[in-house]
Amino acid sequence: MRRALGIGAWLLTVAAGLGVFLVLPHLVSDFHSRDLARAGVFFIAIVGLNLLTGYTGQISLGHGALMAIGGYTTAALVVHEHWRDVWTIPLAGIAAGIVGFIIGIPALRLSGLYLALATFGFAVAIPSLLKKFSGLTGGTQGLRFLESAPLQVTGLTGKVTIFGHTMTQNHFLYYLTWSIGIVGFALAWLIVRGRLGRVFRSVRDSEIAAVSSGVNLAATKTLAFALSGVYAGVAGALLAIQDEIVNPLTYTFLLSILVLVGAVVGGLGSLPGLVLGALFVQYLPKISTHVSGRSGVRDFVYGAAIIVVMILLPTGAGGFLRRVARPLTTWLYTRP
Amino acid sequence: MLLAFDWTQLAQQTVIGLSAGGLWALLALALVLIYRSTGVVNFAQGEMAMFSTFIAWSLIHHGLSYWQAFFLTLAISFAGGVALERVVIRPVERAPVLTVVIVTLGLFFLVDGAARWFWSSETRTLPNAFSTRPITVAGVAFSIQDLGNIAVSLGVVALLFALFQFTKLGLALRATASNPDESRLVGIRVSWMLALGWGLAAAMGAVSGMLTAPALASFDQNLMQPVLLYAFAGAVLGGISSPFGAVVGALLLGVFVNLIGTYVDWIGTDLRLPVALAVILGVLLVRPAGLFGRASARRV
Repeated sequence: MRRALGIGAWLLTVAAGLGVFLVLPHLVSDFHSRDLARAGVFFIAIVGLNLLTGYTGQISLGHGALMAIGGYTTAALVVHEHWRDVWTIPLAGIAAGIVGFIIGIPALRLSGLYLALATFGFAVAIPSLLKKFSGLTGGTQGLRFLESAPLQVTGLTGKVTIFGHTMTQNHFLYYLTWSIGIVGFALAWLIVRGRLGRVFRSVRDSEIAAVSSGVNLAATKTLAFALSGVYAGVAGALLAIQDEIVNPLTYTFLLSILVLVGAVVGGLGSLPGLVLGALFVQYLPKISTHVSGRSGVRDFVYGAAIIVVMILLPTGAGGFLRRVARPLTTWLYTRP
Repeated sequence: MLLAFDWTQLAQQTVIGLSAGGLWALLALALVLIYRSTGVVNFAQGEMAMFSTFIAWSLIHHGLSYWQAFFLTLAISFAGGVALERVVIRPVERAPVLTVVIVTLGLFFLVDGAARWFWSSETRTLPNAFSTRPITVAGVAFSIQDLGNIAVSLGVVALLFALFQFTKLGLALRATASNPDESRLVGIRVSWMLALGWGLAAAMGAVSGMLTAPALASFDQNLMQPVLLYAFAGAVLGGISSPFGAVVGALLLGVFVNLIGTYVDWIGTDLRLPVALAVILGVLLVRPAGLFGRASARRV
């Protein structure tokens, strides 16, 4: 009986989440749907980083650079090869996944801060390299999609027709981003629940114990990096499609920091809070700008908000949600 | 290029590299101090140093001489560092490490914002701490400023070494870093030792900032961001758990970066940091705990 109730409650939560996803753009202005679409980009990257940092225990300060790989893959295919923008997303994911796999190799030797430095070096190097190889990347100017606009699904009219529905471009971007986000989230949830998730957690909790139980450390770590890279690459591709431009300035070290802040605020090692982490990263700068337009006061408020949230929720939103839901979950899952 | 090789230039560039590396070493040491006691890299260290430098600028602007302002700023920074630890870090003392890291990132934005709020973002200058007149040693011309920076950096490192090695307070600080629980049992006020560590780190950052600023034509609130990157890289190169390693790592990095910038044309200023980081990564792959760090053994 209780088990049935538990499943019921779970289904209800999922249905409510999907309902919010479908209705939300119609409740806010067209302009705000675009902000929500941007939050979706953060959400996808954060889910990926959480698989790596939260579940496998490998820190990365380089996810902004992996997003750059994805974004530039999309941009190069659209601008140079005249692909349709949405069809480049899987390739962007694969490209960033391969790069993620390669960054994962030093992780076999390094841990903790030393790994942080290695990934950090990657994040710092990418903007300079993008400027250096200007033939492919457009250098400091970046690549604009505008010239190839007729090839895009979104086109120049600002309207998109898909499955017989016509909607504004911003609504389309919202639905595109969050549909991919929800699929990615569901996949991450399946991974975390399954055998692979247990292997990841065993590496996080004790590498020695994991190895002695037959876990292949090298394969696990590089796989976690590659998976996480795929998420970051897809997020970067979506960011490029939303902005219709890629530029070294978008993919600075700050982007890596924002993804990490979102993952920690959302709650490492838990999935439901990550939506809140993404919204936090997306909306906090806007809220602080609202407090004061002066750059100093804005940054001050921004930093203070991060500190206060971390003091109030040291385990992130995920930990908080778990604590709030504990009486319910304990009741549902104990035999009477 | 080899035919035109010039030992004078090599010596000059090495000293310039040591001078920059010395200032990075101070900030690297500040990072190590906090890392050893809390296991956290303080991302706000550079911004705190920048803030101190702006305090020094204000003091000098109100008529103090450089060195008066220097020592007054040290005291203010020390107090400020202790206060920050009490107010911001203490509430998350028992939280997961990454939570504390995010708090220091928040501190980065907060301190940076405060500096832009209190002082406008126009560029400003700090008077030189040392004469910029060159002196000639064995036929090679060095600037007194570079030699002075090296001397002050080494002096501060020596003072810190003496504090840690020869005083009772230093013993308590070391005990706290190596085993907080047992230190508490023998009566050390561990929490205050952490605050003291933050104060010392802030003061060292202040020295680094106040010596970095005069060497530049002008500075603004971005003053210490590159310095922090190099200090972090230097500290990790030397082994983040070893103060000695951090100093040597930062000095080596200073010389290395300056020499490749001088002798390898295609690197230029843009690619210096990435190349330096790539080399460090190579070193780390051979020695995963840094040049002087000890791999930590853990009972499982």
